[in-house]
Amino acid sequence: MKGFLGIDVGSVSTNVVVLTENGEIAAHLYIRTRGQPIRAVQEGLRQIEAMLPADVEIAGVGTTGSARNLTAVLVGADTVKNEITAHAVAASFLVPEAKTILEIGGQDSKIILLRDGVVIDFAMNTVCAAGTGSFLDQQASRLNIPIEEFGDLALQASNSVRIAGRCSVFAESDMIHKQQLGHNLTEIIAGLCEALVRNYLNNVGKGKEILAPVVFQGGVAANVGIKEAFQKALGMEVIVPKYFSVMGAVGAALLAKDQVSKSGRTNFKGFAASDLAYKAGSFECKGCPNLCEVIEIYQDNQVIARWGDRCGKWENLAV
Amino acid sequence: MKITFPYMGTSHIAFKYLIESLGHQAIVPPKPSKRTLSLGTQHSPEFACLPFKLLMGNYLEAIEQGAELIITSGGIGPCRAGYYGVLHQKLLEDMGYPTRMLVFESPFRYPLDFFKKVKAVLAPNKIGWLEFLGHYKRAWRKLQILDEVEAATYDLRPFEVHKGETTKIFNHCLTLIDDAAARDEMEQVREESLVLLRGIALDRSRKPLKIGIIGEIYVVLEPFANFDLQVTLGEMGVITQRTIYLAGWAKENSSWDGEKEVKEAAKPYLKEMIGGHGINSVGDTVHYARRGFHGVVQLAPFTCIPEIVAKGILNKVSQDMAIPVMTVFLDEQTGKAGVQTRLEAFVDLLAQKRERMEEMAI
Repeated sequence: MKGFLGIDVGSVSTNVVVLTENGEIAAHLYIRTRGQPIRAVQEGLRQIEAMLPADVEIAGVGTTGSARNLTAVLVGADTVKNEITAHAVAASFLVPEAKTILEIGGQDSKIILLRDGVVIDFAMNTVCAAGTGSFLDQQASRLNIPIEEFGDLALQASNSVRIAGRCSVFAESDMIHKQQLGHNLTEIIAGLCEALVRNYLNNVGKGKEILAPVVFQGGVAANVGIKEAFQKALGMEVIVPKYFSVMGAVGAALLAKDQVSKSGRTNFKGFAASDLAYKAGSFECKGCPNLCEVIEIYQDNQVIARWGDRCGKWENLAV
Repeated sequence: MKITFPYMGTSHIAFKYLIESLGHQAIVPPKPSKRTLSLGTQHSPEFACLPFKLLMGNYLEAIEQGAELIITSGGIGPCRAGYYGVLHQKLLEDMGYPTRMLVFESPFRYPLDFFKKVKAVLAPNKIGWLEFLGHYKRAWRKLQILDEVEAATYDLRPFEVHKGETTKIFNHCLTLIDDAAARDEMEQVREESLVLLRGIALDRSRKPLKIGIIGEIYVVLEPFANFDLQVTLGEMGVITQRTIYLAGWAKENSSWDGEKEVKEAAKPYLKEMIGGHGINSVGDTVHYARRGFHGVVQLAPFTCIPEIVAKGILNKVSQDMAIPVMTVFLDEQTGKAGVQTRLEAFVDLLAQKRERMEEMAI
């Protein structure tokens, strides 16, 4: 059986999915990137290989996420696509009638508007965290609550405390002040969920026409507190799809399937790529005042790719 | 006198020429870099916008090279850039630098002030007004040529067969233009540059998307501030155009008469001057939509009020005229990956939209 591998390496999580030819998800995986994308990708490959039925043969690979170029070199990808497009592709495949996608990941949050399955508009946070997963993570660990329980706690609150949502640093101090005053923890968590949603809708969602069906995806969609806050603020039902946490990877797999159907072959290096010794390094090019930070990727002590320079002097250098 | 000025795009070539023609030594500040940004951020108010900080850094770098006088422009209307010159001067004084600053305002609004300031530059070398006019006209011509050649690269780059070739040739053209001194030399070099650009191997079978670039003037003009946006989009296969050029190249070479028509186009949405290029951002978007552009990218320094106001209005323009607009706020970040991701997604969106429109047309 043919399978298509999708890998989404983000700031917080690395997600791997294998899609069958019929568009079914044969295996999926969500692990933490922990700031080490190379290790996360290799670990992801090892784990997903173990989960796959023996007769599945990888016929195509797509990568996405902020480490998409790095990952593409490691695994030999057929497509490399930005995560906005990948998320939209996945949502319009799994929830074909979706008109609005709310996507909150580790370090970015975006809104994608679809009409008849085509992206017509999107927005993404730029200089503001706009209530992303990393912040929720931090707060959960500060409060000593496993992140998985964070949302359920919010639902237990009968009231919510108002928290400033614009800046994550000030949101934190606002939360601490309210805690010190004696407010109940569940109410503070509920307040935080509402603050993040308020900031999201006001920042990335500003001026966008949010029509139902609304799909909520990305790691933060695991948080039922945020989902509830979205439903309350929008006054409409919010759908969290089954594979909400790995949608980027699903999109990457779909794009790979599409690409391979055109090219007829895959560049996949095989699961053995998880055992190769990869290493990344960087240096500052002194060739001009741009002082570009050039990244070098080594496989078994040999440079296999370089990027990061504006002029192409290193990128185009035969390696 | 050792004179410096703000570095913006390619304009330093013309400014340097003018200053040297007037018998002064031109101190061209280094092209803005991460060092400029660090220096500027360190010595600027935290709430000032990115252009203020980069200019501050550039002034300090020019002072390191011995600059005694900084020439810059002021501004009118409700944008704080009008006060930047004054504030920069005060900050430099506080740091103990003797460097002076000449802030030029519009000659039409404050003619006396303008003439007094020009005279201060001419007096040391006893340059007469007539002679000045000649130098000024030649420098202006140089600026126009720079703009024209630059604009041509944005039409060609999406077709280039060898990635980076347009940029390489453009950089060569810049040295040629820089070296041209007399008027006829300039015209020759202009011709030569356009011929060189026409010689680039192109693949005309491509069907590039067209994106209009709008926003605050400094971040639109200076590639360091906007992650080299126009070149990046060009290499992604997109034709870009902007109306903001220092010498008003677009005014003479495009179908509309700059300011007046922009205000006219913006009128259904915005009648007030909101400072900076706010009204242009609205009016230009209307024009780009009418001219069949596929999308618009708005560049704005973080906290820029004119562009924030324009952004709010652009939602409506975008809906009315079915032209997608993406805003990129620029601040201290130098990691290009974030902008790259957004641009790729935006280009995907535009390509999909065009495909669907074409399908519907069939």
